[in-house]
Amino acid sequence: MTVPKLRIAGLDKSFGTGERRTQVLRDINLDLADNEFVSLVGTSGCGKSTLLSIVAGLQDFDAGDLSIDGAPILQPGLDRGVVFQSYTLLPWLTARQNIEFALKAAGYDRAACREIALEHLDLVKLSQSADRYPSELSGGMKQRVAIARALSYRPKMLLMDEPFGALDALTRHHMQELLTQIWEEHRLTVLFVTHDVEEAVYLSDRIVVMGIGPGRIMQTFNVDIERPRREEVMETPAFMDLQRGVHKAIREASRRPEMA
Amino acid sequence: MSGPARSAPGAATKQARRRRSSGIGVPIARSRFLMIAVAVFVGLGLAWWAATGLEWVKPIFLPSPASVATQIAKLATDGTLWLDLRASAYRISIGFLIASALSIPIGVLIGSFRSWEAGIEPLVDFIRYMPVVAFVPLSILWAGTGDTQKFLIIFIGTFFQQVLMIMDNVKRVPADFIGLGRTLGLPDRKILTRIVVPSALPGIWDTLRISLGWAWTWLVLAELVAATSGLGYRITVSQRYFQTNTIIGYILLLGLLGLITDQVMKALEKVLFRQDGHSQ
Ligand SMILES: Nc1ncnc2c1ncn2[C@@H]1O[C@H](COP(=O)(O)OP(=O)(O)O)[C@@H](O)[C@H]1O
Ligand SMILES: [Mg+2]
Repeated sequence: MTVPKLRIAGLDKSFGTGERRTQVLRDINLDLADNEFVSLVGTSGCGKSTLLSIVAGLQDFDAGDLSIDGAPILQPGLDRGVVFQSYTLLPWLTARQNIEFALKAAGYDRAACREIALEHLDLVKLSQSADRYPSELSGGMKQRVAIARALSYRPKMLLMDEPFGALDALTRHHMQELLTQIWEEHRLTVLFVTHDVEEAVYLSDRIVVMGIGPGRIMQTFNVDIERPRREEVMETPAFMDLQRGVHKAIREASRRPEMA
Repeated sequence: MSGPARSAPGAATKQARRRRSSGIGVPIARSRFLMIAVAVFVGLGLAWWAATGLEWVKPIFLPSPASVATQIAKLATDGTLWLDLRASAYRISIGFLIASALSIPIGVLIGSFRSWEAGIEPLVDFIRYMPVVAFVPLSILWAGTGDTQKFLIIFIGTFFQQVLMIMDNVKRVPADFIGLGRTLGLPDRKILTRIVVPSALPGIWDTLRISLGWAWTWLVLAELVAATSGLGYRITVSQRYFQTNTIIGYILLLGLLGLITDQVMKALEKVLFRQDGHSQ
């Protein structure tokens, strides 16, 4: 048996202390295979962001095991690239400098930083905007830079928390296409949080539906839709069936047990 | 309504636009803004000129604009004005620099680390509410009537406010920026110097600009009470000799100096943080 890229086993997480202590995640078990694209979906508040940020090493947890390539996750690190929903481009740096900032942190020398940064801006089709400041970029462009930055230092996996959540519908579609294209070409293990089911089906190999109260995994869908995927695939019956199925699962999962 | 159908919408728009030329938050043309602002200054100046010219008030209470202007010109030519200005500028520069040099690192520290905040913030918040004026006698007792006492009053008046405001500037740094630094494996010290400080800098600059305005007030206060030179000193001396024209001239000059430093700080802000939209 091979070691999974990411292993989450028996993970529990609570917030608060004493009477106000509430469990947010209960007994989360999830393995991601090498180069697998997995989406987490579920109603808001079910703990998707919390789970992602625990994997990123930004939050601690109560119980369970987390490992990447068999090595336990103890803190944040360069082996996991993170793309946040808010545009986390540093406003005093240009697009290129923002990527170089990450590369410098990763220990690359000056010349390499520049070269790799430009290469990755090219990857997200932003070569023309390398020297523009974030305030001069649209939301979609900012998020492309953020993705380029997270990929630039070659992490073992990518964690994305609703990266396209703040974008308008049209831009979101372009971003989804771009991401699929990049992913299909370069392959990487990705854990992707979204509340957009269409997006999840389009991008993923596997969709994990989470329930609420406390957050836990309810159901998993394999997305057996052929790659490369282009936008037209969204119109196929298989795609729409799966989309409906996931929607239904989310609806059922978001009924809190105490309300049933 | 009666005109050709084609022009009706245009007329309606024009009318709508006219109706919207005032109201809460409705923008006005820059030229219009300037015109109103200048008109107020000119109006007040005229009122002053008329009130003194028509001898509604005695010159000893309110001298004429011409008298103030000639007096200031006289003090400028005999050098008094420049000596006063130099003494005051020196005091405010040093006092303000000391306060800022201490408040920036402390503000950054307590804005970033909760235990430092617990140790310093409540104390500073308490001292902040002690009236600066009440420290004047104490400051003279401690530091005499020389420049040190002026530094001390400026320091007491600005430092504590600055610390709290800079703490706020730092706390406004988006949490995800810090998250970014951590996911890049940066140690706390580097997150502080490479992310938190640069990110808070435009806000900190704004804090400095605002507190520099207050520093002028504390400087003059200190000079009014105990000094042998400076703008505030000249005002006190002039009162003794009923030189109301000097007093008013210096007060206007102080207002002008405050305005100029503020504008300079604002201009520098634009140069220093050009690329920054302040917040995203
Ligand atoms: N720092 C925190 N302190 C207390 N409760 C929190 C904190 N962060 C998240 N929560 C709670 O945990 C639950 C899950 O939040 P989150 O992971 O953001 O959900 P999702 O991303 O699925 O919308 C929510 O009920 C939220 O209120
Ligand atoms: Mg979330």
